[in-house]
Amino acid sequence: MIQKRNSFLAPALLVFILLVTWEIAARFIAIAFILPSPTQVAMKLWELKAILFFVHLPATLLVILTGLLLSIIFGIGIAIWMNGSKIAEKAFYPIIISSQTIPIIALAPIFVLWFGYSLWSKVAVTLLITFFPITVNTYDGLRSSRQEIKELLLTMGASKRDIFFKLQVPSALPHFYSGLKVAVTLSVIGAAIAEWLGAQAGLGFFSRRMMNQFDGAGVFAPIVLLSLVGIALFLMVIALEKITLKWRKTK
Amino acid sequence: METSTEPNVLDNVSFHVNAGEFISIIGPSGSGKSTLFKLITGLEQPTSGEILLNGQHDHNRLGRVGYMPQQDLLMPWRTILKNAALPLELKGVAKNNAHQRVLELLEEFGLKGVEHKYPRDLSGGMKQRVSFLRAVLSGSNILLLDEPFSALDAITRMNMQAWLLEKWEKWKTTILFITHDVEEALFLSDSVFVLSETPVQHLEKINVPLGRPRDFHMIHQPEIIKLKEQLIEQLRWRVTP
Repeated sequence: MIQKRNSFLAPALLVFILLVTWEIAARFIAIAFILPSPTQVAMKLWELKAILFFVHLPATLLVILTGLLLSIIFGIGIAIWMNGSKIAEKAFYPIIISSQTIPIIALAPIFVLWFGYSLWSKVAVTLLITFFPITVNTYDGLRSSRQEIKELLLTMGASKRDIFFKLQVPSALPHFYSGLKVAVTLSVIGAAIAEWLGAQAGLGFFSRRMMNQFDGAGVFAPIVLLSLVGIALFLMVIALEKITLKWRKTK
Repeated sequence: METSTEPNVLDNVSFHVNAGEFISIIGPSGSGKSTLFKLITGLEQPTSGEILLNGQHDHNRLGRVGYMPQQDLLMPWRTILKNAALPLELKGVAKNNAHQRVLELLEEFGLKGVEHKYPRDLSGGMKQRVSFLRAVLSGSNILLLDEPFSALDAITRMNMQAWLLEKWEKWKTTILFITHDVEEALFLSDSVFVLSETPVQHLEKINVPLGRPRDFHMIHQPEIIKLKEQLIEQLRWRVTP
């Protein structure tokens, strides 16, 4: 019990110290448009709550969730395909790896050219940045199933389909969640970058607009929200993982 | 009987097992024990020779023999109930019927009340019993047990051996039991097959001069001790050329 309280206390204390240091430093420097203090950011958040929560947050959430959904569909699809066919693996794997060496930020303006300021230019960036961890983890997970269990299933007369659904999918699930955890945090970054570069709404877009107006606190307020969205998504994946992988729970 | 892998692991090996017999196969590692099992279960096909199950030649033997592997190989994400019901599930038995059949047998296997637990909550001996139950539920009259007790501690192992004999005497299934433990082989089986190493392949059949039912004192009879020493000598000689 004491241990548990301590494990919560330590990070809380650290964050508190950091915030206090920041506050003092900001007040000392006293140039709000370069370094706003945490209290100024909090006040700004309160002041802009209507427009942030009802206009820009929903716009960003739409980008994140659409991007993630497509990413999961494509990622799992390609992982299954690569797992099932040696040719598909040989064809896709190098492309998937090299796609990660492309600076996606540099590509974002091109997506704006292609898709305009629509939802899809931003979804494309989010998709490109999140499908990698999902695909690679799911693929590794599908291949992680034990050969001995596969042979045992075969001696029971199992079909290819049985082996896929009863062995490979359950084996892949923990790996898929690992990939998804990385993906959800990246999705926030992807959406923010895309909005920063070309959008008419969204937290990234709003942050940039405040930048142009030299409103330091206004730049930080949507960033705080973006960070909270990332944390919330991460916690949701953990909750989902706990529900679906009950067997994995440690004593 | 040969395998497709080079060099031929099993060559000129021929044997016959009667229905309801308890047979142990003993041999040094690398003597082709696992190959033999892969052939019988149908995971591999012989390059020459044939395998008859219940007097019939069948190219596709998968699903015909109940196989209990060395490690329990329970699926960690399935409860005990669902692990044991796996062969029934694969044969297309309705879920309720399958679970009903498992539940009926759990008590007999000393597993009452653990049906909703996961494998990680069970001891090694219990996991092996679940694995055995799973093999039995494959519905086959031939069971292949591949060193099933080799990972258990001595006491658990003795209990499991006695328990296995009890079950076998009740059900009268044919059991093929791979082991490298001479004493275990003698205590359990009607006959022991000794696999000789390459290059001269042959399978020697040794009848165990013990009646049924067995108990642990029997293996201390002079002729059994003599047989045991003779077997150990034979195996040792083969391991160190």
